[in-house]
Amino acid sequence: MRKGVVFAGAAVVLAACMAAGLMVGAAGLPLKGVLLALADRLPFVSAHSGLTPLETGVLFELRLPRVLLGAMVGGLLAVAGAGYQGVFRNPLADPYLLGAAAGAGLTVTLVIVAVGDGAAVPLAAFCGAAGGVLLAYGLGHTATRGGGTATLVLAGVAVTSFLTAIQTFLQQLKVEELQRVYAWILGDVGGGWEQVAMCAPYAVVAAAILLLHGRLLDVLSVGDDEASALGVRAGRVRLVVLVAASLATAAAVSAGGLIGFVGVVVPHAVRRLAGGSYRVVLPLSLLAGGAFLVTADLIARTVLAPAELPIGVVTAFVGAPFFVTILRATRKVET
Amino acid sequence: MTVEITDVGVDLGGRPVLRGVTATAREGRWLAVIGPNGAGKSTLLKAVMGLLPHTGLITVGGRPVRDLAPRDRARVLAYAPQSPLLPPDMTVHEYALLGRTPYIPYWGRESARDTETARAVLDRLDLTGLAARPLERLSGGERQRVVLARALTQQAPVLLLDEPTTALDLGHQQQVLELVDRLRRDDGLTVVSTLHDLTLAAQYADDLLLMSGGTAVAAGGPGEVLTEDLVTRHFGARVSIGAGPAGRPVVHLRRPTG
Ligand SMILES: Nc1ncnc2c1ncn2[C@@H]1O[C@H](COP(=O)(O)OP(=O)(O)OP(=O)(O)O)[C@@H](O)[C@H]1O
Ligand SMILES: [Mg+2]
Repeated sequence: MRKGVVFAGAAVVLAACMAAGLMVGAAGLPLKGVLLALADRLPFVSAHSGLTPLETGVLFELRLPRVLLGAMVGGLLAVAGAGYQGVFRNPLADPYLLGAAAGAGLTVTLVIVAVGDGAAVPLAAFCGAAGGVLLAYGLGHTATRGGGTATLVLAGVAVTSFLTAIQTFLQQLKVEELQRVYAWILGDVGGGWEQVAMCAPYAVVAAAILLLHGRLLDVLSVGDDEASALGVRAGRVRLVVLVAASLATAAAVSAGGLIGFVGVVVPHAVRRLAGGSYRVVLPLSLLAGGAFLVTADLIARTVLAPAELPIGVVTAFVGAPFFVTILRATRKVET
Repeated sequence: MTVEITDVGVDLGGRPVLRGVTATAREGRWLAVIGPNGAGKSTLLKAVMGLLPHTGLITVGGRPVRDLAPRDRARVLAYAPQSPLLPPDMTVHEYALLGRTPYIPYWGRESARDTETARAVLDRLDLTGLAARPLERLSGGERQRVVLARALTQQAPVLLLDEPTTALDLGHQQQVLELVDRLRRDDGLTVVSTLHDLTLAAQYADDLLLMSGGTAVAAGGPGEVLTEDLVTRHFGARVSIGAGPAGRPVVHLRRPTG
């Protein structure tokens, strides 16, 4: 069946990107060695990888957590974007453009500046993400009574700039934290196993809730009145998806910083390939978002080696032109 | 199931749009709501569907619609709006399948039976060939039939159809109305539809409700409501009304002479 082929294809692409992410870097590792070393870690399997202890260290302490975090953050941003798009019935909705990421960024900076890193970061990120979205939505709604597709994004941009300004202000107050916060803002998936472990539980919960709402988001796409005539409580579904998407954004932002465009570019590409049903768009975005960000990270690590480019720069480089294309396409539909 | 509308009022945007509307659609019968543009026909249908807050009382099978949980309501009332929002890249089959929503649990998915029901409805409406087509690539009349298909897939005992035939050619008008009529007779469905074509309304409906300016101004059989006097007064149209097949009135527009 066609759908199965598309999912299998996306899984293969993700696996290939992750393998490339494990192999490529300052010290190149052979594919066979990587695969054998990974297999060796599985229970009841013993394989001789032929990697030196140093290479094994690089693989397990640097590359593997980095690739896993990249896949997780990318998948979360993409699936959150798709979720927001369903909630707002707007193909341009995206964690970054909606103010969710900036909200999370602000509250996380606040926490870092006030109490240092810690367990409060994800919670703060969640509150910030949800607050940012609600602010953007409220603003877009009151500005135009109902709001068009672009209005929401304009409001999101305004909210983003505002929250970012506050955040920059905070950052400048605490110059000694500047370097760390700065690196984090532009996106960085090199946080190691600690970040992977912190992000994973939120990722699993948020992604599961989002994926389970694919059918209901399809119902919502016919409009609130008709969804209600079909027996769906549109407001409640919206709220649940909004919370889950904000949780996904928060997890992604607290682990990987502010990485733009993944949430709008990936779901759009997925729609082009596999149709508009959220039952397909959500899971495929999760897979493709992971592949996209692992690749972006690979480029960020290698293109200026030994220096590293912030990953957000790479995604913006690819994403911004793409975004304009989508904007044009939606304009055509609206008029 | 009988739909009973008693002294219903609706305000929209701070303006009274419906006032004191009383009407009955009896089980197994077809009630056509007619009236000029802006009379409040669509608003009445939405109120019956439970989508608008209203004063007065609307009951379906004796139960007030405003007290029904959305899922239960969707199992007794199916609604095809006048201007539906059609997701451009959803396929015809996926759209028709949405009609099964009230029967699927929150976390669940469609069963094979649901898929089969949607397929059968598409078949009855001549839409099988279009099943895999995205909605944005349909003609106006095809879209209208697809919306009807979604409502029929709901298999509710009461059908609320807002202008189901405006975009259809003659053959498809007849096909759609005949299909609805057959369902009504075979399965005892209650049909409430707005119709702009008065002759068609007279042909298919058992009862007519004439609305004007947000109130019900006449109700009864086609012969009682479609009089030259009432039509001229409320539509501002010059018509002559003759006797058609089965004694049902036929409305002709009359071109002013001289
Ligand atoms: N959301 C709204 N807010 C304010 N007024 C509204 C709203 N929706 C409809 N109206 C007004 O209510 C009146 C009745 O509208 P309705 O859609 O019920 O008319 P209708 O009889 O279905 O007309 P048509 O034959 O053109 O479909 C109209 O005057 C319309 O302008
Ligand atoms: Mg109307």
